[in-house]
Amino acid sequence: MTLLEPDDPATSSGYADHPERMGFFTDTSVCIGCKACEVACKEWNHVPEDLLGFTGMSFDNTAGLGANTWRHVAFVEQPRRLGRQESGLVAADLPAGTVEAARDRTPASLGLPSHDGATGSASDMEFRWLMASDVCKHCTHAACLDVCPTGSLFRTEFGTVVVQEDICNGCGYCVPACPYGVIAKREDDGRVWKCTLCYDRLTVGQEPACAKSCPTDSIQFGELGELRERAARRVEQLHEAGVESARLYGHDPGDGVGGTGAFFLLLDEPEVYGLPPDPVVTTRDLPAMWRHVAVAATALLTVAAAVTWGSRT
Amino acid sequence: MNAHDSSQTDVRLDDSPELRPEREATVGSAGRRRRPQRGERLMVPDAEFRSYYGRPVLQETPWQAPDIAGYLFLGGLAGASSVLAATAELSGRPRLARACKTGALCALGGSLYALIHDLGRPQRFLYMLRTFKVTSPMSVGTWILTAYGPQAGLAAATAVTGLFPRLGRAATMGAGLTGGAVATYTAALVANTAVPAWHDGHRELPYLFAGSAAASAGGLGMLAAPLAEAGPARRLALAGAVAEYAAAKRMERRMGPVAEPLKRGPGGLLLRLGTGLSLSGAAAGILLGRRDRRAAVAAGAALLAGAICTRFGIFHAGLDSSRDPAYTVEPQRARLSHPSQAPS
Amino acid sequence: MNPLDRLRSWPVLRQLADTDPLGRGAAVKSSGSRALQPRTATADRVVKSICPYCAVGCAQNVYVKDEKVVQVEGDPDSPVSRGRLCPKGAASLQLTTGSGRLHKVLYRPPYGRDWQELDLDRALDMVADRIIATRRDTWEWESAGRRTARTLGIAALGGATLDNEENYLIKKLLTALGVVQIENQARVCHSSTVVALGTSFGRGGATTFMQDLQHSDCIVIEGSNFAEAHPVGFQWVMEAKARGAVVIHVDPRFTRTSALADLHVPIRAGTDVAFIGGIINHVLSNDLYFREFVVNYTNATTLINEDYRDTEDLDGLFSGFDPGTGHYDFDTWQYEGMRAVPVSGERDVDHERRTRGGASIRRSGHGETHGSGGPSLEGTPHTDPTMRDPRCVLQILKRHYARYTPEMVERTCGIPQDLFAQVCRHLVENSGPERTAEFVYAVGWTQHTDGSQFIRAACVLQLLLGNMGRPGGGIQALRGHANIQGSSDIPTLFNLLPGYIPMPHAHQHENIDDFLRADAAHKGFWADMPAYLVSLLKAWWGPAARPDNEFCFGHLPRLTGGHSTYDTVMEQLKGVCKGYLLFGENPAVGSANAKMQRLGMANLDWLVVRDFSLIESATWWQDGPEIETGELKTEDIGTEVFFFPAAAHTEKTGSFTNTNRMVQWHYQAVEPEGEARSDLWFLYHLGRVIRRKLSGSQDPMDAPILDLTWDYPTEGSLGEPVAEAVLAEVNGWDATGRPLSAYTELKDDGSTACGCWIYCGIYAGGVNQAARRKPAEEQNWIAGEWAWSWPANRRLLYNRASADPEGRPWSARKALVWWDAAEGRWTGYDVPDFPPDKAPGYRPAEDATGSDALSGTDPFIMQADGKGWLYAPAGLVDGPLPTHYEPQDSPVANPLHGRQRSPARLVYAHEHNRYHPSGSEPGADVYPYVVTTYRLTEHFTAGGMSRNTPYLAELQPEMFCEVSPELAAERGLIHGGWATIITARNAIEARVLVTHRIAPLRGDGKVVHHIGLPFHWGPNGHVRGDAANELSSIILDPNSHIQEVKAMSADIRPGRRPRGPALVDLVRAYQRRAGITDHTGTEK
Ligand SMILES: Nc1nc2c(c(=O)[nH]1)N[C@H]1C(S)=C(S)[C@@H](COP(=O)(O)OP(=O)(O)OC[C@H]3O[C@@H](n4cnc5c(=O)[nH]c(N)nc54)[C@H](O)[C@@H]3O)O[C@H]1N2
Ligand SMILES: Nc1nc2c(c(=O)[nH]1)N[C@H]1C(S)=C(S)[C@@H](COP(=O)(O)OP(=O)(O)OC[C@H]3O[C@@H](n4cnc5c(=O)[nH]c(N)nc54)[C@H](O)[C@@H]3O)O[C@H]1N2
Ligand code: SF4
Ligand code: SF4
Ligand code: SF4
Ligand code: SF4
Ligand code: SF4
Ligand SMILES: [Mo]
Repeated sequence: MTLLEPDDPATSSGYADHPERMGFFTDTSVCIGCKACEVACKEWNHVPEDLLGFTGMSFDNTAGLGANTWRHVAFVEQPRRLGRQESGLVAADLPAGTVEAARDRTPASLGLPSHDGATGSASDMEFRWLMASDVCKHCTHAACLDVCPTGSLFRTEFGTVVVQEDICNGCGYCVPACPYGVIAKREDDGRVWKCTLCYDRLTVGQEPACAKSCPTDSIQFGELGELRERAARRVEQLHEAGVESARLYGHDPGDGVGGTGAFFLLLDEPEVYGLPPDPVVTTRDLPAMWRHVAVAATALLTVAAAVTWGSRT
Repeated sequence: MNAHDSSQTDVRLDDSPELRPEREATVGSAGRRRRPQRGERLMVPDAEFRSYYGRPVLQETPWQAPDIAGYLFLGGLAGASSVLAATAELSGRPRLARACKTGALCALGGSLYALIHDLGRPQRFLYMLRTFKVTSPMSVGTWILTAYGPQAGLAAATAVTGLFPRLGRAATMGAGLTGGAVATYTAALVANTAVPAWHDGHRELPYLFAGSAAASAGGLGMLAAPLAEAGPARRLALAGAVAEYAAAKRMERRMGPVAEPLKRGPGGLLLRLGTGLSLSGAAAGILLGRRDRRAAVAAGAALLAGAICTRFGIFHAGLDSSRDPAYTVEPQRARLSHPSQAPS
Repeated sequence: MNPLDRLRSWPVLRQLADTDPLGRGAAVKSSGSRALQPRTATADRVVKSICPYCAVGCAQNVYVKDEKVVQVEGDPDSPVSRGRLCPKGAASLQLTTGSGRLHKVLYRPPYGRDWQELDLDRALDMVADRIIATRRDTWEWESAGRRTARTLGIAALGGATLDNEENYLIKKLLTALGVVQIENQARVCHSSTVVALGTSFGRGGATTFMQDLQHSDCIVIEGSNFAEAHPVGFQWVMEAKARGAVVIHVDPRFTRTSALADLHVPIRAGTDVAFIGGIINHVLSNDLYFREFVVNYTNATTLINEDYRDTEDLDGLFSGFDPGTGHYDFDTWQYEGMRAVPVSGERDVDHERRTRGGASIRRSGHGETHGSGGPSLEGTPHTDPTMRDPRCVLQILKRHYARYTPEMVERTCGIPQDLFAQVCRHLVENSGPERTAEFVYAVGWTQHTDGSQFIRAACVLQLLLGNMGRPGGGIQALRGHANIQGSSDIPTLFNLLPGYIPMPHAHQHENIDDFLRADAAHKGFWADMPAYLVSLLKAWWGPAARPDNEFCFGHLPRLTGGHSTYDTVMEQLKGVCKGYLLFGENPAVGSANAKMQRLGMANLDWLVVRDFSLIESATWWQDGPEIETGELKTEDIGTEVFFFPAAAHTEKTGSFTNTNRMVQWHYQAVEPEGEARSDLWFLYHLGRVIRRKLSGSQDPMDAPILDLTWDYPTEGSLGEPVAEAVLAEVNGWDATGRPLSAYTELKDDGSTACGCWIYCGIYAGGVNQAARRKPAEEQNWIAGEWAWSWPANRRLLYNRASADPEGRPWSARKALVWWDAAEGRWTGYDVPDFPPDKAPGYRPAEDATGSDALSGTDPFIMQADGKGWLYAPAGLVDGPLPTHYEPQDSPVANPLHGRQRSPARLVYAHEHNRYHPSGSEPGADVYPYVVTTYRLTEHFTAGGMSRNTPYLAELQPEMFCEVSPELAAERGLIHGGWATIITARNAIEARVLVTHRIAPLRGDGKVVHHIGLPFHWGPNGHVRGDAANELSSIILDPNSHIQEVKAMSADIRPGRRPRGPALVDLVRAYQRRAGITDHTGTEK
């Protein structure tokens, strides 16, 4: 038995007649880290502010997706090269003592991903600054949706995954189910929240607020099929241009969640951006779990019977 | 690519189809192609573990420990007690049966309270019955509880009041049969998440939970029933404790690095305490509990405490495993680099 | 719902019945979800607006439901923004409807401890009384024997966040009241742009427009953090990038712009002239310039006065320097055979020169009058078309930059030679007939003691490379606030009248004829100035302005030197200036030496603050930093403070002029709440009340205000003046009241009235051209029917230069405007920036005047000689050519010449404005690091519009400093911890962000560390922190009066700063250690 939905999730979710599956292709190679997407999303959805304070995580003071952050822009400073970009950052010769001191201090304090913290007389410093806007993936096989006991989380006719705020009872089950750490519970409200892919706007043919505001079209909204084709071309284009680290994430219908409705072009491994490298929808193993549960329950009955009557004989 | 080859900066004709839109900008394409030079800053080897500022990949599970870990324990206790109640009833041990029935009802009440208390919107508890979702152990569990709860209630009520004995017996049987599911579905509930220590244990957790439930029900039986009738309880406790222990061991072995939170930290501590208490409680029950009422009580209490520890241990180990991105990233990374070894 | 329906809608049953057995979609959809509708679809109306933050001028749609604004988002029709918004624009809803705004008038009585509420009408009446009284008390008919007819007792500041119509009323009303100290953000932001671009090309605005970036082959972003400060405009850089352009970012820091560039070139702050000079040297010494362009379109061939001496001859000085006054005499800088005529008339200049009074006019910011028309010249220049004459501009240029070698660039700027070579290569390869390169800059260049010369350097280079007036070329000045360009065009600036007509100077211009002396010899545009000025006077004084009274020219108050915002502060400290009106500016955070700003305000009799919320400039008397240190005590401060809540852009109608001179109209969506009112409302009604109170007065000082035309119609329940009526006046009308359609229709006989000649045509045919919103999709890429640009709706300036001397495009791929011989007209995509029927072969007659004196090959039609100025014989007071000087406070000794600092810079010695020892001077090592200040995408300027807007504030919640790991190691700074940064002015604290993005630079055998400081924080608002401007000093560019906040020296140490008096002690201890005296750093 498979509980997984086929690639056309809207059909399998009971929409006989439905529009094309809509989604996002977020091309992080053109993101300028402006966070317009974060703000536009909050404005449109009246998401509460979430003042964290200074995090020291480069220019990221939002830290991650959550109940009050449905778009999150990650900032990664790396001692690596971006294509043929020249960072021009040349490390200066410093007195040996200073170098030593920096070596002790930097790695711990920078706290940056993949940083070796070396400081010294390197002739040419490899450096790049990656920015990437993260969002709910609107998985083809959405664990959050699968586990939701109330039907609050549901699949829309656009193939997106949305929390119905009039239904959610705050059981919180969807939260640990999501392999991307997207959906979360808002403390004072008791319900869970995440990106709706602007379901309300989609119903009247409007583009989601975040994509609409994005100044460089890093967030591209559209029919998923078209976006996937575009993304494939884009990766090739970047490889040709020398940006060999470009790769897609979430575009593959064969991956552990059946491909995502919001997929990405990344310039490094997913985990560098805080994304799981190979997420699998937990429900894929649910048939096995039910089988084991059934065996265990039966065993419990059997053993109970055995210990009750077995000793008499 | 040399800018000259690719240049499209002719004054634009708006309907020209081959013009590249700005999303096709290729940043860093115009610099020099160079091989990494000596003395350049070290690149971190790919094998090294990387994450985003060490932040967890997964969200913090919003469940409160006393509520949900308590619920896991109480659900198990209730279900297994109902099973034991049924066998006790059938095998003519009315006092053991009665104790188990009331125990089950109390545990059920407690577990429902914990469950509702943990909801963000408790007044919407009934929305759980809005739908039936086979993909959601919580939904399935709700329906199981819906089937089980009234029977367990009836069984306990008839046992205590002595009214409607035939109805009571039927309810006892029903509760006993569904009790097995009640005691074990919670394993699927926690396993069907992305939490590494829970999910990766999905094969063993049902047995571990069943064992632990059995041990606690046995404990309850020893505690509440007269020595004479408590035989099955003692034996059930032993079988449960052993099963629990075996399942835990097997799980730890099979899970590899992800099992760490099951061994270390608060979760690990609780789990070791749990199995220890269960095993010693069960052993004490078998060895001493037969004759000595006080020993039986102590063994029963140890078994209950052991089950509490086990469930809280599993609960915390899960939370810990989701807080450290290594438990999410590393197994997935390993899976990607060695697809053949991926667990199917 | 009846029970049966209820049951039917039970998802479990729907699951069984429907095609959704697993209950994932259709079966579990809730009634809420079924009823879902976006508020963009249910709004009652959609109102067209413009983003109120920055000068990109993104178009907005404002959705209104039940008379409330419910959503603000981008308008996809805009050719500039294409519907996108940056985080600030996207936060407009919260800005305008959020909790950050106040809707009550507040009043603080003298010596009061707290605010009181005050009724709006009463407050307005009180302010009118204060203005009348202060004006009477401080009225000055004469100063040093010259007629001034003014008051120095009142000053106004702000305007760049306001509409053009509001600025127009500020300038009109206050000028009529005799106030000269009228200033706005344009001073502290881009004043040096107006000087430099105006002097070089004839107009002080960006030479191109945003969308044209896509035609560039190489974009050099230098002195601008494009992606962060103008994010939506940056899409056009990406557009160019997609088409194959090379993008280079030259900046001390690796920023979000660098992250997207091909090449990032770290540069020591304040050394750009050395860098560009190095490229100029590369181009000249290798003969890489675009010869045909240079010969025909620039003044390269012009011969210069034989007495001219260069900085290369005089160790950092040009000829004509007077060490006594610290000023230059420009005589020797002139063209051979031609002399510069400052717009105000030759005789006066001679008079000034004779009387040594020139100093004051030099301080009066004349350079900025070239905002629309370069300096005027008389005579015919001598030229050498072969450019071999050693006195020709090209040869002078060659000698001037000969020492700017790659080695020198490396020593001065800290840029390795191979990196520098790459920049040179890209620029040269991407210039010429087939290709174009563009420079983009902003305040990383303007805010230096020689900021005007930074920009001039780029002008010189772009002219040499032939990149001016051509698609994908030019110099893109990225302006600041939504209406910073407009507030320079319709200026709330002390030295300008609308359209860059200079304010008259005391004595120098006794009467209108002296002022206008435009004799027959005049070439170029200034010939028509009488028509512009008389029409302006007619617009202001209507029937009272008659030929027999010089059209009320005498009603204009007169200048006596500099009255810039920083001069005003000095006047406040001296007690001369007693009343201050802040129209949306926050000097207590945003202006250099914030403490001086506050101390100045503490010395006022009254202060009026109009803003959205209680900004630091309104509350310093209660909780300012000096209260904390004990330097001021609330109960000792006699300043009376009025706070008036301002209406937001969604609550008023008017126009903003974007960074590319494009005037865009925005409409009121809803009426302001409570006592919030537009500035238009405030000014109109304030003027009305003052005029009522003064009516009947026979006092001659009241004549200008009583004669003023002040009869704007009002509308709505609040009596809001009709903004379009003001626009109509700005546009102008003829004697019959018919709206004029072009400034060529203006007359000098009083038969036309026009409030700002360069905006003439914006109301052509009685139609508001600025309100045009023909979607970009329906037009060509120029989108000339979206809004209206000055001049005459041209989008790319000097576009005649896109064609060769014969009028043919330089190349097919870069065609923009060309001569259509058959039609006998210039034609092309853009409106030709040239007399439409002047043939390429046209040569002026000997006695031709005005525009006719320019030939068919003179593309810079606002220049007296029609040429782009490589060398500026007039217009700049600190030299005809850019030369490298160190910033005022610099840890580095000038590697180029003995003169450390710009000799002509304006110095303001004061006990709270101490300067540092520099370079090799003793004590310089006490402040060993270079501080540079800048912006972040997430905040806006002094923070009033972002720190009070939670969605923005949370994104950058605390003041921080950016330092390299090396500096962190050197000083023991801990990432995420605190640091204290100290200058001779003050000390601040900031969280530490250690980052490789700030690399230590090596120059001249020394490692230079930068400390990066965003300047957005202050003590008020949703997120708080110390202001970077506590550290900066008042030290100004002599051309533009702009402050140097982009490069200064400082020390940094770990830990938080001391509180209370101990803070003052710390600053003093540093001063003592460095041996600082009154004179330190003031040497010329
Ligand atoms: N998000 C946002 N956008 C804004 C504003 C805002 O506050 N926030 N303000 C608006 C206003 S008022 C203005 S004027 C514009 C300003 O726009 P920008 O000028 O782009 O803004 P800044 O960040 O002040 O300075 C730009 C860059 O100059 C660099 N720099 C400093 N000193 C030097 C130097 O000596 N040489 C060179 N080459 N570079 C130097 C800084 O490191 C910085 O990256 O932005 C407007 N847009
Ligand atoms: N150290 C350092 N200092 C700098 C700079 C720097 O780079 N470094 N940059 C300089 C530059 S370029 C600039 S432009 C200045 C900016 O400095 P300021 O102009 O002082 O800063 P803003 O915060 O923009 O102040 C504008 C105020 O106008 C208010 N406002 C907005 N709209 C309206 C309106 O319609 N009516 C009224 N009455 N008020 C309104 C806003 O709430 C805000 O408080 O700072 C300068 N200071
Ligand atoms: S990313 Fe998480 S929250 Fe989003 S659809 Fe997938 S499982 Fe659900
Ligand atoms: S918290 Fe809400 S959305 Fe999440 S599983 Fe529970 S009911 Fe569904
Ligand atoms: S699609 Fe809508 S809800 Fe989702 S992140 Fe974008 S704006 Fe927010
Ligand atoms: S995705 Fe777009 S809107 Fe978001 S930060 Fe990147 S560029 Fe800005
Ligand atoms: S702040 Fe500037 S770039 Fe951002 S939306 Fe407003 S006008 Fe556009
Ligand atoms: Mo500005």
